[in-house]
Amino acid sequence: MKRAIRPAIPERSDDPRVEVALTVNGQEVRRTVSVRLLLSDFLRHELGLTGTHVGCEHGVCGCCTVHIDGKAGRSCLTLAVQASGCDIRTIEDVAAADGALHPIQQAFKECHALQCGFCTPGMVMNILSRFEESEPLDLSENGIRDMLSGNLCRCTGYINIIAAVRRAAELLGRA
Amino acid sequence: MKPPLFAYQAPKTVDEAIKFLASDADAMVLAGGQSLMPAMNFRVANPSLLVDIQHVEGLKGIAVVDGAIVIKAMTRHRELELDPDVRRANPLIAEIMAHVAHVPIRNRGTVVGSLCHADPSAEMPLLFVLLDGTLIAKGPSGTREIPATQFFQSFLTTTRKQDEIVVEARLPALPAGAGAAFDEVTRRHGDYALVGVGCVVELDGGGRAQRVRLAACGIADRPVRLKAAEAALNGTALASADLDAAVRAAADAVTQSDDMNTSASYRRRVLGGLIRRLVATAAQRAHGGSRQ
Repeated sequence: MKRAIRPAIPERSDDPRVEVALTVNGQEVRRTVSVRLLLSDFLRHELGLTGTHVGCEHGVCGCCTVHIDGKAGRSCLTLAVQASGCDIRTIEDVAAADGALHPIQQAFKECHALQCGFCTPGMVMNILSRFEESEPLDLSENGIRDMLSGNLCRCTGYINIIAAVRRAAELLGRA
Repeated sequence: MKPPLFAYQAPKTVDEAIKFLASDADAMVLAGGQSLMPAMNFRVANPSLLVDIQHVEGLKGIAVVDGAIVIKAMTRHRELELDPDVRRANPLIAEIMAHVAHVPIRNRGTVVGSLCHADPSAEMPLLFVLLDGTLIAKGPSGTREIPATQFFQSFLTTTRKQDEIVVEARLPALPAGAGAAFDEVTRRHGDYALVGVGCVVELDGGGRAQRVRLAACGIADRPVRLKAAEAALNGTALASADLDAAVRAAADAVTQSDDMNTSASYRRRVLGGLIRRLVATAAQRAHGGSRQ
């Protein structure tokens, strides 16, 4: 049995490595990584995509939310090896190539829905995934609060984020 | 927090997966990982081998067959929540599912994984105990069917053997005319329940309750069917005094001691409040006799 703590220094690492091949923001990526590498750390450390933020690392804060095969998911609760073969989309892929903001980003800007911005990538990826779903959206205050309930913000008090979701719905023709 | 060291296998067949599990007493099944990954990051779980079943053939999808809802092992919470056939067969499922964490967690977490994790405050184990669901486990010595009422043993402990994989779970449709309701009290939206209660009520031609089902999570080391409260309600018109009797009968089911979340006496009060409210809601939704 492998132990997390060993009394003696082993001759070589016990950490098994595995090849992963996945699509990230439309680009095919192949790397050999530790099996215990989290997808969040894979994106940040291996690929340099530091827009995906790491807050709590146990699925509570939502900062690390990315799209896994088109659906929002916690990259800190997903191993890189689990994402092998998947299509991953991160915040870096949301604005247009010329830098034009996505309507959700534009709405955040207009409504002052961010202060420090640490939670914003996760917020945007979560909201974007809900707008891309075919399911009807509940854009009442309670519905938006429910939509945002898995993303913690410690600056804004959420009022402006709720306004930004409404504004994004207008900009996207969903209001 | 990062998970501790482990070896990893991603088999393609159930038999192969069972062999990996049987080869290592500290091996664990990885499905959606929404409970297991935090548990590993916190060192609550420290498996030596993870057997990732996401690529195993035959473990995906939902089917509604002869009134039974068959949920394969890799079915995500969100798939079950949104499935139109499931909504028709048993609308309680979508109602209860809205309380399971948040959408991004439900996109990844699996229903069967939640059952196997067996958190006594979680909604899925409650749902299966309430409706008498069953689990199908496959191991080296074959396949067996486990009633949900015999599956949950205590905190994070089930009767699944270490080398078994729960390949599917089954729920019945709601009986025709039955009304059902679920609600829970949590400190924050999306948290595990302090107390959650599910209720199914069928009414006879005279509007009297028959075959009432009640179950609760968060009150013991496993989800509990509240049979004493059900007995207090069956055959009654669900008047206020009948609900009082049911609340009194349910009080002894709270065996969870005071903990960091709340006290046992608060759980008892919440349980009573939820029973009163949910029995009334379920009865309103039921179509029986005079209420039709």
